Amino acid sequence: MPEQDPQVRARNFDEVALGYSEDLAVEEATRCLACKNKPCVRGCPVNIDIPAFIQLVAERRFKEAAEVVAQANALAAICGRVCPQEEQCEKYCVMARVNGPVAIGRLERFVADWARENLPQNGDRPQPSPDAQKVAVVGAGPAGLTCAGDLAAKGYRVCVFEALHELGGVLRYGIPEFRLPRSILDAQIESIRRMGVEFYTNTVVGRTFTIQQLLESGFDAVFIGTGAGAPVFLNIPGEELNGVYAANEFLTRVNLMNAKDFPVEGTPLKRPRRCAVIGAGNTAMDAARTALRLGAEEVTIVYRRSREEMPARAEELHHAEEEGVKFQLLTNPVEFIGDENGWLQRMRCIRMELGEPDESGRRRPHPVPGSEFEMEVDTAIIAVGQTPNPLIRQTTEGLAVEKWGGIVVDEKTGATSIPGVFAGGDVATGAATVITAMGAGRRSAIAIDEYLKAKRGTS
Amino acid sequence: MHTDAPHSARKSGDWISGNGHSCRLEGLLNPSSYRFEILEKERLSETVVRMVIRAPLVAASARPGQFLLIRPLEHSERIPLTISHADRSEGAITIIFQEVGATTRELGALKQGQTVKDLVGPLGTPSDIRRFGTVACVGGGVGIAVMLPVARALRQAGNRVVGIIGARTKDLLILEREMSEASDELIVMTDDGSRGGKGLVTDALADLAGRERVDHCYAIGPLPMMHAVCRLTKEKAIPTTVSLDPVMVDGTGMCGGCRVTVGGEAKFTCVDGPEFDGHLVDWDTLRARKSIYRDEERLALEARSGKT
Ligand SMILES: Cc1cc2nc3c(=O)[nH]c(=O)nc-3n(C[C@H](O)[C@H](O)[C@H](O)COP(=O)(O)OP(=O)(O)OC[C@H]3O[C@@H](n4cnc5c(N)ncnc54)[C@H](O)[C@@H]3O)c2cc1C
Ligand SMILES: Cc1cc2nc3c(=O)[nH]c(=O)nc-3n(C[C@H](O)[C@H](O)[C@H](O)COP(=O)(O)OP(=O)(O)OC[C@H]3O[C@@H](n4cnc5c(N)ncnc54)[C@H](O)[C@@H]3O)c2cc1C
Ligand code: SF4
Ligand code: SF4
Ligand code: FES
Repeated sequence: MPEQDPQVRARNFDEVALGYSEDLAVEEATRCLACKNKPCVRGCPVNIDIPAFIQLVAERRFKEAAEVVAQANALAAICGRVCPQEEQCEKYCVMARVNGPVAIGRLERFVADWARENLPQNGDRPQPSPDAQKVAVVGAGPAGLTCAGDLAAKGYRVCVFEALHELGGVLRYGIPEFRLPRSILDAQIESIRRMGVEFYTNTVVGRTFTIQQLLESGFDAVFIGTGAGAPVFLNIPGEELNGVYAANEFLTRVNLMNAKDFPVEGTPLKRPRRCAVIGAGNTAMDAARTALRLGAEEVTIVYRRSREEMPARAEELHHAEEEGVKFQLLTNPVEFIGDENGWLQRMRCIRMELGEPDESGRRRPHPVPGSEFEMEVDTAIIAVGQTPNPLIRQTTEGLAVEKWGGIVVDEKTGATSIPGVFAGGDVATGAATVITAMGAGRRSAIAIDEYLKAKRGTS
Repeated sequence: MHTDAPHSARKSGDWISGNGHSCRLEGLLNPSSYRFEILEKERLSETVVRMVIRAPLVAASARPGQFLLIRPLEHSERIPLTISHADRSEGAITIIFQEVGATTRELGALKQGQTVKDLVGPLGTPSDIRRFGTVACVGGGVGIAVMLPVARALRQAGNRVVGIIGARTKDLLILEREMSEASDELIVMTDDGSRGGKGLVTDALADLAGRERVDHCYAIGPLPMMHAVCRLTKEKAIPTTVSLDPVMVDGTGMCGGCRVTVGGEAKFTCVDGPEFDGHLVDWDTLRARKSIYRDEERLALEARSGKT
């Protein structure tokens, strides 16, 4: 797929991957063997009929291809861009062993973009009937958006309540523009709005009002899709220093608050010069590549395991490397050291070696005695994981939660311990992926529909 | 006093006025509850502004000690301000803020009848209002506005409230009448002696502790003031609560930017606070964290004043 030149793009926020032309898409689509048993579909959490839409692309029937995709995935232009395809659909593609899997994600992106650019948008859906049952959706990330869109399509009155002043969850405040342009995200959210969903931003459920209050005030069901937004710190000395950020803060300042355009925009950010990013997932790659784009001279990913264990999407890792991000693998920070005014100056690290596999199946890293060394840095961004925000569980009586803070749900339906309250996405699984969150939103929409039909039947 | 709106006669006894604790949402969950119109605006001093803003959902659940995040204009930063009064029947909240930088000036430039872009709350953990006995409520500068709702609630809970408020000079002193109504006794201090006693609020507090038993102290104001109060009360073994004000972004525990060190542990001010045990706060770290964006704050101000 055509991409911006790494040297150029490492300094701008425009999208890196430029997308297929019609001819390139058709060429790629013809590689698909249209396997009868559809192994690839097994890897897709929302079961897109992959061979069907790819065959339509090969035949240049783009409109019909887009319809097949849209049936299963309301946010296809997003998933085509951010799914870790190599772990999902493409992992099971029979072509993988021949000359590389069919580029399913890129084709999905192509048809979604094609449809947006070439087809008239659907008009607004008629308002739900006045006696329609009401559903509240808490959180406007991929899980909440999908659940809301599906329920509105079934004729329910759906209100989405979001804590921030913008919609999209991690898609808005976490994933940077150069991977997911704002215009694409806006268009996808707009299409959900046109399904009849009502959006209320600036609402922190648990503070502005509680789930209990929603149930007492005429909502027949609630879906919780509040994600895993609370940052995990390393708990090492010096973490309070100025210049040490959780990735969430760094990315939120840039993506949600547009700090790169400070001072025209009101939210400031210290421009990193020598920057270390701790962790090696998508969040770490995004933070590292954002730091480069803000003008950092040197950006280093510091990760305690080896390359094989890096959880980031293969494409992001590749892009980060191309753009000049450095890697210090098998390395763990042990202390941040600052100057007398509380500003980060150096980071002390220790080398690691891999031992036996741990419960995650990855080899457990051990520190190598005597291997400590220091790195000169003015910015350190911590991207070692996220947990669910405790607010909902603290303010919702009777809601069963796991020890690690996630909401306990029935895997098939998302039902929680409270009748009429469902949950899904990162808040139930821990930090996962956009498409698994969407899949959970979709499954809960089906379960909520059944629950509400039964409720109506008995009342 | 320049006033945009006639000063409405508001009973200042209860922190919450209106329909008590009824929290039915019906009738409130509609787009008009999210039009944050400025109902009243009044200047309390040259740089301190009081605003009453329509926000029925926030008013319905706000408690003393909580704050909101406000974004005056589309391009503004989100800044935290304490909710100093919640009027449930009017569906309105009151904020009192000092124009110190770009965002507070943007807010202060808005007029009655205009709306603020975004407003979210109530945030933070409400004050732990208990019956302590005699409580010294020490407020400095605009911190008096943050102190006021807490003092009212403490008095209502049956405490003897001794208010101690201070400012550099008479013209900067705000809310004296309201604080005096909220206190059993009010002591006023100015650095230059232009109003009340001459000296610092800590002088008055030392005096008070010398002449009567003080069971608890609340200190809200500039960092050096809170720090000085805590040094004094630690010596005198008076448990002390402070309200911290580091830089914030989301206000919901998502970014970690508001972390402060309390009792050797990292705490998020927006969810674990903003009130903390003042004797456990690491003041040096807080001072450093509050200065992170000092250069940028100046730039923002210059950029704004260049444009207008
Ligand atoms: C930087 C970053 C990069 C990523 N990159 C990828 C990628 O390339 N591919 C991929 O598949 N996955 C990626 N992920 C993971 C993916 O984004 C998440 O798994 C997914 O967004 C989870 O969706 P969700 O709907 O469960 O929650 P979220 O997207 O977290 O949305 C939750 C929403 O709920 C709101 N909320 C929280 N609490 C409340 C409350 N009390 N009241 C009201 N609203 C509330 C939040 O503000 C937020 O908007 C990435 C994650 C991060 C952080
Ligand atoms: C929980 C909480 C409650 C608050 N309640 C109130 C309130 O009720 N009324 C009120 O006036 N302010 C309150 N503040 C402080 C207020 O948020 C800041 O004054 C505001 O963010 C400044 O924004 P600015 O863009 O105008 O100024 P900036 O450009 O950010 O700062 C300009 C100048 O003000 C100084 N400054 C910045 N932040 C603060 C601060 N927090 N305290 C003191 N000086 C500061 C800076 O050092 C700088 O010199 C509260 C803060 C918190 C965290
Ligand atoms: S949604 Fe994701 S997993 Fe499913 S086909 Fe598209 S790229 Fe593959
Ligand atoms: S497995 Fe690969 S080749 Fe087979 S249908 Fe799916 S995409 Fe096409
Ligand atoms: S302001 Fe972001 S965690 Fe407190």
